[in-house]
Amino acid sequence: MDVRSQISMVFHLDKCIGCHTCSIACKNIWTDRKGTEYMWWNNVETKPGTGYPTRWEDQEEYRGGWEVRGGKLRLRANGKAKIITNIFHNPSMPSMDDYYEPWTYEYSELIHAPEGPDQPTARPISMVTGEYIDIEAGPNWDDDLSGSPVYAENDPNLAALTPEQREQLFAIERLVFFYFPRICNHCLNPSCVASCPSGALYKRGEDGIVLLDQTRCRAWRACVSACPYKKTYFNWQTGKSEKCILCFPRLETGQAPACFHSCVGRIRYLGVLLYDASRIEEVATRPDEDLVEAHRSLVLDPFDPEVIAAARANGLHDSTIEAAQQSPVYKFVKVWKIALPPHLEFRTLPMLFYVPPLLPVMSSAETGKVANVSDGLFHVADESRMPIAYLARLLGAGNEGLVRYALRKQLAVRSFRRAATVGDVEKSAAERMLAEAGSSPEEADAIYRLTSLATFDDRFVIPPAHREEAIEMMKDPLQHKQEVGFGLSVAPRRGL
Amino acid sequence: MLDGLLTSLDGILLGTLPYVVMALCLIGTIHRYRSQAFTYSSLSSQFLENRHHFWGSVPFHYGILTLTAGHLVGFAIPRSVLAWNAVPVRLYVIEVAAFVAGLLTLVGLVNIVVRRLTDSKSRIVTSGIDWAVYLLLLSQTVTGLGTAMFYGWGSSWFASSASPYLWSLVTLQPDVSYVTALPWFVKLHVIGAWLLIGLFPFSRLVHILVVPNPYLWRKWQMVRWYWDRRTIRRAE
Repeated sequence: MDVRSQISMVFHLDKCIGCHTCSIACKNIWTDRKGTEYMWWNNVETKPGTGYPTRWEDQEEYRGGWEVRGGKLRLRANGKAKIITNIFHNPSMPSMDDYYEPWTYEYSELIHAPEGPDQPTARPISMVTGEYIDIEAGPNWDDDLSGSPVYAENDPNLAALTPEQREQLFAIERLVFFYFPRICNHCLNPSCVASCPSGALYKRGEDGIVLLDQTRCRAWRACVSACPYKKTYFNWQTGKSEKCILCFPRLETGQAPACFHSCVGRIRYLGVLLYDASRIEEVATRPDEDLVEAHRSLVLDPFDPEVIAAARANGLHDSTIEAAQQSPVYKFVKVWKIALPPHLEFRTLPMLFYVPPLLPVMSSAETGKVANVSDGLFHVADESRMPIAYLARLLGAGNEGLVRYALRKQLAVRSFRRAATVGDVEKSAAERMLAEAGSSPEEADAIYRLTSLATFDDRFVIPPAHREEAIEMMKDPLQHKQEVGFGLSVAPRRGL
Repeated sequence: MLDGLLTSLDGILLGTLPYVVMALCLIGTIHRYRSQAFTYSSLSSQFLENRHHFWGSVPFHYGILTLTAGHLVGFAIPRSVLAWNAVPVRLYVIEVAAFVAGLLTLVGLVNIVVRRLTDSKSRIVTSGIDWAVYLLLLSQTVTGLGTAMFYGWGSSWFASSASPYLWSLVTLQPDVSYVTALPWFVKLHVIGAWLLIGLFPFSRLVHILVVPNPYLWRKWQMVRWYWDRRTIRRAE
């Protein structure tokens, strides 16, 4: 057992209102520089929808993630030899057109236009070339456009549905969609790291954050196509790739990352998971239908004395183990089993988990009109307007049973709370529902508290990073007294 | 008088210039790596334009790599090359292969230049020094192809002219007489090569030095620890 710690995340999709506050918080801090205008380390997509970059989930085109061939794990982009030969031109790399060309408006025209019969207009100009452009795509271009034949119908996940299900999903007045916020998953088996010819990408040992060493990146671009989630981006100005850093400077000082901190719907949870690093390869080679449970089995019980002893032996600080015991992520993923990893079939073992959405809320439109069906028990989950097959493709690596379990438990918790607060559900019925969903009144209460009443400290359990110890190993802080920090002092600039 | 001037010009361009650019290249590259490691990048523009890029970058790189390797072999083991060329069929093979590589390079370069001129996004990320490099490379490819066409069997006479010339430079006993008799067209090729080496540390050419060879041997995953976990915790 090789116990390591990983900062992990849960996004509760039922609570996401699609306000994009997270995206803006991230953009304002990290990607408002030249060359990064088009990047959204955090973005929020409408599902069904094509996403950002367009159809990122289609690995036939982008060849991201891993595949098992002959019982062995290989990069889908075809292993090391191929990456070297593709170094001059990467055939599966998305171009700026797959994201969008960033633009601004010629605002000065509003003030300086000569007097004339027409109102002056501010025409859009490209932030790359400075020339006038016709805007053809932009951030969240297909926001809220579920049902549209141009966008939503091209969602790769719809392949999991039968033609009838597709037709139902897009029928007028039965349309349904949910929001899908995405950041880097800080995977346990990251394909971006494995694909980097320069070794610039790495996983930080202490907390598992995946980072990109800017001074070692040589713009070979392998990571951009290798990440199946398209969460490494190419900075066309500096000629270096960049990615979500999980706001590590904030984490190291005990603050939640900006997108977590600013989340209006309070959908985001962050905490430590202890996992067994020696089993990563074995788990990543399992067949699709076993993947989610195998992934879950990597996560270790932080209360188990054996695990604690192994963690200590491996150098984990007691404060990290304590944080793992209080981790909200551990509860969602391992105890309650209602949070699932996205597209685990890409086999990068993502450490961001999603609570699947219960759409539409307690109602169905079977007879053509929306009816309250809270008196029924579980048929809502199965007859939901959002087919379980779709959610299973997105969050269960195709395993519908696990998604159904998560939805049923949430429904049961809802009925349980309804019995307690509104009273239009029999208490005995609610308890039976809980029992059938594999839950209990105590657990339902805990789920209710963590999803509805949780404070900052409940949602974000950040272990002390102990960076001061690491720095003292290398430098004497007293020698740098009254200076503004120490470390890299060369500003990034584009090569010649 | 004119002869004297040309002789001294030969001495400067073929005898002195090499040392100047070599020193420049060595010191410049090291200094740039130490003070501006961040700027070591291939500065790929594939992200901005994805289709035309293939027809430029791929033929160019395969072509130029073959040619560079050929020049290096001719420089390092001239006797073996001569022995190989002793059989006419083998000479034809090597000459045709080199010419094809030259054509590949030319096609790639022309595509690169046309792409960077016509695609507005690629033009934005093309600097003055890039244009200088492209111009020199273009001139090198054209003079190289011309030499192969008009002054045949270069793979053989390289061994009796260029190779001893280069060795004389390496051994610090510069002897330009090996190359002064060559046609001006060929001399242009030699001088262009020195200029390219001089431009090396000031251009994106430095990406040649950071080609990722360790990748083939390293483990898939990279983990960086900020300290030796076991020892620091045990010390507590």
